[in-house]
Amino acid sequence: MAYLIAFLIGGTICGLGQLILDLTTLSPGHVLVMFTVLGALAGGFGIYQPFLKFAGAGALVPVTGFGASIAKGSLLEAQRIGFIGLFTGAFEFTGQGLAVAVFFSAIAAIFFNPRS
Amino acid sequence: MASKKIGKATIKFTNPPVIAGTGTIVGPMEGRGPLADDFDVALPDMTCGEKTAERSERKLLEQAAQIALERSSVDKSMVDYYIAGDLLNQIISASFSARQLAIPFLGVYGACSTCAMGTALGGMILDGGFANYVLVACSSHYQAAERQFRYPIELNIKHKTTSQYTVTGAGALVLASSGEGPRVTWATTGKVIDLGVKDQCNLGAAMAPAAADTFLRHVADTGHAPDTYDLILTGDLGSLGSELFKALVKDAGCNLQGNYNDCGLMIFDTKTQRVGAGGSGCACSAVVTFGHVLKQMERGKLKKVLLIATGALLSPLSFQQGESIPGVGHAIVIER
Amino acid sequence: MPSQKARQQITKMPETIQAAQEQKRRQKVYEQLVAEKKPKPPYVRNFLAAFVTGGTICLLGQGVLSFFVRRGMDNVAATAPTLTVMILLGIVLTAFGVYDELAEFAGAGAAVPITGFANTIAASAIDFKHEGWVLGMGAKMFIIAGPVIVYGVLSGVFAAFVKLITKL
Repeated sequence: MAYLIAFLIGGTICGLGQLILDLTTLSPGHVLVMFTVLGALAGGFGIYQPFLKFAGAGALVPVTGFGASIAKGSLLEAQRIGFIGLFTGAFEFTGQGLAVAVFFSAIAAIFFNPRS
Repeated sequence: MASKKIGKATIKFTNPPVIAGTGTIVGPMEGRGPLADDFDVALPDMTCGEKTAERSERKLLEQAAQIALERSSVDKSMVDYYIAGDLLNQIISASFSARQLAIPFLGVYGACSTCAMGTALGGMILDGGFANYVLVACSSHYQAAERQFRYPIELNIKHKTTSQYTVTGAGALVLASSGEGPRVTWATTGKVIDLGVKDQCNLGAAMAPAAADTFLRHVADTGHAPDTYDLILTGDLGSLGSELFKALVKDAGCNLQGNYNDCGLMIFDTKTQRVGAGGSGCACSAVVTFGHVLKQMERGKLKKVLLIATGALLSPLSFQQGESIPGVGHAIVIER
Repeated sequence: MPSQKARQQITKMPETIQAAQEQKRRQKVYEQLVAEKKPKPPYVRNFLAAFVTGGTICLLGQGVLSFFVRRGMDNVAATAPTLTVMILLGIVLTAFGVYDELAEFAGAGAAVPITGFANTIAASAIDFKHEGWVLGMGAKMFIIAGPVIVYGVLSGVFAAFVKLITKL
């Protein structure tokens, strides 16, 4: 059941992104930023967590989940140690992914060339 | 007095330059297209054995120039001017290829209109009596253009229905002041026209008004009726752009019949090849005209052709700053 | 008594205004013509392609998430390794030149998942290395992912801040 929900919710978010691309002249970069900001706002105001609990990877894997993770990290740290936590917590949940992305992208750049 | 000037912006060459030889080289995608047999060389891969896309483009241009020189049996020391251009910043492909060729060099930028612009300029130099041989060349490269104007190659981009595919290739042409062969007889220089199109994925629409303007001025200046041409070619307007071109020309009271086509639509099979609205890039009109059209003339299928090569004069900077996209179209007439 | 030049300008002025208005009018007409001739993208096909591909990627993500949960992590702790695995997947597919082909079919279905985010970083790194390891790959790795992080942090920290002070 969790798999079906993840498929449906994740698919719907991506489908909405495609509709925005088709209906406007926005670039994919703009759509990514838009979705991240929406996710971060929803995460910060605590709306995303219930959604995440319901949809699992369907809410986590789209970039909205990335934005929500930034906000969640900020909020949790701030509640724990005060205002400074807003900043120290920003990459609490996303830092690992970013480091992995940087590290392995660099490795890919060493060994691969652009194709097609 | 300007005795060779006709009408507002058209030149009638009194001693029309002769096309002594051409060289065309294309990438793999074009090699699978419908015109493949008319190109001198179709490469199996885009890299040309070079490390970067920019270097491969330069190599394409050098090789096309080499082929054109061989075909025309003109030694490179006899060539008086090398006129070339491409799409990259500071036209590096052209200037770097000139470093290799060691011919006095005039670098020009007209985006995808470069081939007609260079040919017209070369014709003026020859007709003016300033030279005996002029080498004209231009090139474009899919990867190099993508990198400069759009995004990294491997990025997850879905191309829109109106976006065009930059042709990988180069075309070169040796113009001579005398001899046998097809001749460049007329040239109309285009004005830069901007009707406010801002969509970078729709360059055909940005260039169509300029092409129509040049075409109508050419017709008005020369008094040639459109049906006196066996073929009227626009540079790289693509499917939407050529529709718009036909509509604009029709509004001006000039109905184009079956003798109209667009290089961007001819070079690829837009139904089976994934190229969006068609081909674009300096090489597009260059390889179609220098390769396909001139071969058709040799075969006796065409006698008089009007080429309006079109260029979108944007830069990544102007686009990011929200400027609209100006277009230009330069026309030349080739007769056999 | 205004000077000759000033008087000339008075008579000139309306002309330039008229020319500007004429240009505006032409632009409007042309804009309508373009909109009329422009082929409509296949909305339904594109939506479905994005839906199925994006959904499948999320399905994979759910599989990875469940794997970590079964290994004894709770749902929150499992998110970070799940994202890591998905990011790695995106980079590998990019390196082998598969991801941009996938995106050509799926559009936002490939761009919106975190694998697409990883693709933007890997693609830029691979593509710009010829401009040097420092000023090319190093500087331009985040050319598309950068804004996502910038606005993610701006809005995330802002939202958390608002939430925090409204709770206090």
